[in-house]
Amino acid sequence: MRLEKCWFCSSTIYPGHGITFVRNDATTFKFCRSKCHKNFKMKRNPRKVRWTKAYRKLAGKELAEDATFEMERRRNRPEKYDRDLVKKTVKAIERISEIRVRRQERFYEKRMAKVKGQQVARDKQQLEQEIHLVKAPASLVSDKAQQKSKEKLKVAVEAKQQKQKQQAQGADAMQERAAVQLG
Amino acid sequence: MPAYNFKSMQVVPPAKDFIDIVLSKTQRQTPTVVHNGWAIQRIRQFYMRKVKFTAQSWNEKLTQILDDFPKVEDIHPFYSDLLNVLYDKDHYKLALGQLNTARNLIDKLSQDYVRLLKYGDSLYRCKELKRAAMGRMCTLMKGQDASLKYLEQVRQHMSRLPGIDPNARSLLLCGYPNVGKSSMMNILTRADVEVQPYAFTTKSLYVGHMDYRYMRWQVLDTPGILDRPLEERNTIEMQSITALAHLRCAVLYLVDVSEQCGYSLAQQAALFHSIKPLFANKPLLVVVNKTDVRPLEALTPEEQALVQGMAEEAQRISNGGAGAAGAEGEASSLLTMSTLTEEGVMAVKQTACDRLLSFRVELKVAGKRIADVLNRMHVAQPKNRDPNARPPVIPPSVAAARAAAAAAGGKAQRTRKLEKELQEEGGGAGVYSADLRKHYDLKDPAWRYDIMPEIIDGHNVADFIDPDIDAKLAELEREEEQMEAAHQAEMAGVMDTDELTEEQAADLAAIRARKKQIVAGHRLKKASASNRPVMPAKHNAGKLQAAKLRAQLGGMGIDTSAAEARLRERSQSRGRKRSRSEAPGGDGDAEMADAEGTTPKRIHSSKSRAMSRGRSASLAAPSPGRGIKDAGMANKAVKLADKAQRKMNKMAKVGEADRVIQSKMPKHLFSGKRGKGKTDRR
Repeated sequence: MRLEKCWFCSSTIYPGHGITFVRNDATTFKFCRSKCHKNFKMKRNPRKVRWTKAYRKLAGKELAEDATFEMERRRNRPEKYDRDLVKKTVKAIERISEIRVRRQERFYEKRMAKVKGQQVARDKQQLEQEIHLVKAPASLVSDKAQQKSKEKLKVAVEAKQQKQKQQAQGADAMQERAAVQLG
Repeated sequence: MPAYNFKSMQVVPPAKDFIDIVLSKTQRQTPTVVHNGWAIQRIRQFYMRKVKFTAQSWNEKLTQILDDFPKVEDIHPFYSDLLNVLYDKDHYKLALGQLNTARNLIDKLSQDYVRLLKYGDSLYRCKELKRAAMGRMCTLMKGQDASLKYLEQVRQHMSRLPGIDPNARSLLLCGYPNVGKSSMMNILTRADVEVQPYAFTTKSLYVGHMDYRYMRWQVLDTPGILDRPLEERNTIEMQSITALAHLRCAVLYLVDVSEQCGYSLAQQAALFHSIKPLFANKPLLVVVNKTDVRPLEALTPEEQALVQGMAEEAQRISNGGAGAAGAEGEASSLLTMSTLTEEGVMAVKQTACDRLLSFRVELKVAGKRIADVLNRMHVAQPKNRDPNARPPVIPPSVAAARAAAAAAGGKAQRTRKLEKELQEEGGGAGVYSADLRKHYDLKDPAWRYDIMPEIIDGHNVADFIDPDIDAKLAELEREEEQMEAAHQAEMAGVMDTDELTEEQAADLAAIRARKKQIVAGHRLKKASASNRPVMPAKHNAGKLQAAKLRAQLGGMGIDTSAAEARLRERSQSRGRKRSRSEAPGGDGDAEMADAEGTTPKRIHSSKSRAMSRGRSASLAAPSPGRGIKDAGMANKAVKLADKAQRKMNKMAKVGEADRVIQSKMPKHLFSGKRGKGKTDRR
């Protein structure tokens, strides 16, 4: 029994799912669901269809080349069964998966970091242009109203600070408890 | 006809049926309609065609019959003699000859009558001529009835003749009736010939086939022969004689020592000597049958002498008429067997077949065509390339096993239990399931029955198996540490300098919320405008509007008292607050009443065009809550309303929902010839 990869979206195909298409030149295409199958029949290129892994890897939105991918590779020569080796392999699979996940997270953080500055600039622009929807121009604002709004803001800020403090305390407590347990 | 298969001959119908067939064929396949008023040439043609067609059909069918039946001169003499014996050659030839004559006569008839038809001058005359022609042809064939019947019987019998190939290897069994020929036939071949205690059970020739030395052999069973002069023989015996005479085969003359057949040994010997001439140039064997009842040793000396005499004669004949007992031994032409116990039958068969084979080979070698065959044959002998001897290699274990077996004597003992034996012990084929794993060749035999996981967490375990997995994993971990450290350093370096302050973030959130609100409001309005009746804007004027104004702009911090005052002013100028609030549903009426009530009397002047405005023209300013900006727009609105009403009034509609069709079939749509467009698309 093997888990295959969908030709179109690269998701795993579990037994009992999907369709295998064999062409006249003996190339096989496996699909995980009819969505991928229908897209294929429409002759869509998975590298241009945005939700597929092929597109994401090509467009640099996901980790494409890594040593962890090399460790999971389809081998055509079967190894003779060796119990110790299989034990080691099973443990290794877990560790490799963790490493792979961590690497993908790092990749994502790196990618988002670039974009963060752009996002802040955009926010500031929106603030400038559309402030009229919530705040009146200063000339029309009465004194009473100004005072009221300042008070409101103070209250909101204080509430937020308190929340953050509580969270930090909570995290410390958790760590202490964990330390106690291990110790 | 090398295969001599008479089964594919067509049925010969009796005369009456034959006539029916041909005449009905003519009726079906020629035109049947003719009229008095046609041109005479056409009538003549019609009848000539009929006559010619009939003659042609006769010709075809008779030709087929004549071709189907074999010509006695052209076939193998065995078959021609057989046909003669069975059906009388003369009679046969006569019948076929008569059919031939009939065929020619029919052709002549058709020619004559066609010539006459050429000069037929009326439909009646032509018709009578045709009638005469066909009548004469049919009478001719009626006269052939006897021949046709005879030929049909011949055909039926011929189709059941055994398919004997005169050139194939054959063994012929002959002898007195009840001697055991058919029993021997049944033993040697798969033929199921009748075996009964009365004489002449077998009344015709039978063929059986057997295999010997990878070749096909024919075994021919004949009816018994009695000792009579040739002229007195009946048809049944004549068949055996014919077979003996014409087929080149090994002859087995069966003798019944026990005399159970009812004929003494002396009679059998006499018969043998009387049909000696028929055995010329054939390998001959004298076979003594029924030795289980009376073995050869139990014979009296006279009988022994008789039998020996036959054997010697046979030997002589086999050697081609040359000298007496040859170098092979005297009794080689004499064999014993018993068809009941089947002992000796195979020996007889082998001897007979070998004799015939050697005979045939000698014949071929002595013949003229052997040179061609020999020239084309070449037996290659491999030459040794060096004087080294290369004996076959026997592995020492096998040699030792063989020696042990030889020393033990008899069959070698099997040391290992076979899987099949295990299966039988375990409950048989469907019950026992073989243990396929017990011979697995692994480093540790204890692993043979392990169950290995194939799938873990969406991964195939087999894809990860690698003998160097330890090393690779260690390297991976090292890499991972380095990468993590580098990443942390990088992330720490990126300072978030340009973040928004809390105030700014709050404002942004408020802006986005307000935007969402506005968009939602618009969407609602858009969606509901086509599905629900919209309350005209003028009903929003007043308290509700003022409240909204205060809430929104007040929330932003603007002083709204002045704007509210203005609103109140506008609404009070109308002065109809109360009545409006009492009757909220009467939109249209309220509008019309409004227009009439507040506007001054309209000025109609026919003198000047500019002043004449028509019924719906109005000069007054429209009330502010209607959503119309000035008088011009208001007049336009009234005009539009009138226009819409006009169409409905013309159609005599009660309202917009009235769907009566005044004329269901307007004439211009349902009449007239097809013009450029088709009827359904006028």
